[in-house]
Amino acid sequence: MQNGMVIIGAGECGARAAFALRENGYDGPVTLIGTEQHLPYERPPLSKDAMVSDSHPSPRTIAGDEQFSEKRIDFIARSTVAAINRPARHVVLEDGRQIGYDRLLLATGAIPRALPLAANSKHCVTLRSFEDAMAIRARFQPDARIVVIGGGFIGLELAASARRRGAKVTVIEAQARIMMRGVPEEIAHIIDSRHRAEGVSILCNTGIVSIVDNAENVAITVSSGNVIAADLAIIGIGATPVTALAEASGLETGNGIVVNEWLQTSDPDVFAAGDCCAFPLAIYGGRRVRLEAWRNAQEQGTLAARNMLGALEPHQSVPWFWSDQYELGLQVAGLADEGTQTVRRDLGDGAFILFHLDENGRLVAASGIGTGNAVAKDIRLAEMLIARSARPDPNQLAESAVKLKSLLAA
Amino acid sequence: MSNWIEACTSDEIDEEDVMRFDHDGRTFAIYRSPDDEFFATDGLCTHEHIHLADGLVMDEIIECPKHNGRFNYKTGEAKGAPVCVNLKTYPVRVEAGKVLIEVG
Repeated sequence: MQNGMVIIGAGECGARAAFALRENGYDGPVTLIGTEQHLPYERPPLSKDAMVSDSHPSPRTIAGDEQFSEKRIDFIARSTVAAINRPARHVVLEDGRQIGYDRLLLATGAIPRALPLAANSKHCVTLRSFEDAMAIRARFQPDARIVVIGGGFIGLELAASARRRGAKVTVIEAQARIMMRGVPEEIAHIIDSRHRAEGVSILCNTGIVSIVDNAENVAITVSSGNVIAADLAIIGIGATPVTALAEASGLETGNGIVVNEWLQTSDPDVFAAGDCCAFPLAIYGGRRVRLEAWRNAQEQGTLAARNMLGALEPHQSVPWFWSDQYELGLQVAGLADEGTQTVRRDLGDGAFILFHLDENGRLVAASGIGTGNAVAKDIRLAEMLIARSARPDPNQLAESAVKLKSLLAA
Repeated sequence: MSNWIEACTSDEIDEEDVMRFDHDGRTFAIYRSPDDEFFATDGLCTHEHIHLADGLVMDEIIECPKHNGRFNYKTGEAKGAPVCVNLKTYPVRVEAGKVLIEVG
């Protein structure tokens, strides 16, 4: 080995991978290539704290300049990789510069899915970068009319943030309820009610018929025939993995860059991790999934680094997600759609956890909601039970007097 | 100048658990280890100011309830990403069933 390690994509996953290479003793060249101007930063606050903080926010960086130089990580900002030449083992930047690699990591992430009807509207935006967030934040003014298209995590977090800043908010969701993907109805209902109590208008089973710009605002015609006027419309209808580079270089892709349990692509010297990759989830018998989640990005970045160095450890984590809206905190461990029965545990003060068990009684997921981080401790314990393929007694799961920690010891 | 204050009674915290203690505009986390010793740290995670008392204690580790940053609550040592700044710890003593911490 002499060329070193190259990481394409400087989000959570790529940045963690770069530092993990050093933490695992790698001494050769490490190059991290990102398209944005900032040092790698955390995206989760963009829809939450960065929208509502009183002071003007700055990107929450994952590491400072001094840490990059101390760890000898060559961070190349504002650069797009034009091509990967796998036979020659180098990447080509748009400015023509070539960087050789021994192992390559694709941590290209996912970008907001486009709504074709909104393609020509200058009042319709999406959220991915810090700049996107600042542009949206500037429009969250008292009495501004904000329409959020898509009732998923990002859309609803932005809706809550917009309300906090006094804007009038309408959420348009094509499905029968909000957060259809990954969040059980019982919990989605709590969040739906909380938004409505704040005065947010939520329109479910509602499609978009047309989007027409005026000079200062946009007219959105929905499937009921109503026309909703908005000063700003935010499109939050999911994300698309960034796979073009992988495809162009002949790597296997599906819903994301296809990797094995070691996060290796169809080229053993090229790895992919984070939101861009479709990987087999060991805890569900190798079911292939792609996750758009902060912790997954972090864990896979770290694991990919070890495996680039030859460890070849399988990815075995339990997926974990969270969302904060108003004072409510939602956490999900595992994929709830693996479950066939649900057991509820009440934690007091309105907080509760739903345990999702499969037909064999195995705990496959847990979803919880409460004020602040009220469900965090128990969701974390549930995650450990899920990782162990535990079959806890449903009666004990339901009984809040029984400590989950005691089930872990069993 | 030492300033010892009573945070709680020893039976208010289960073994291998944590509770929040607020005093004079500051927030602390008080821990009871699996081997029945008591410890105290700053109450907020050094990463994003989340109350650590909502997190899980496993052996000598407290895990932040939001982003899984881990600290050794006995030493305050940050155990890796996303936390890189150690947690401040405070001396603790138990007298007649009362847990006292020296807040300085």
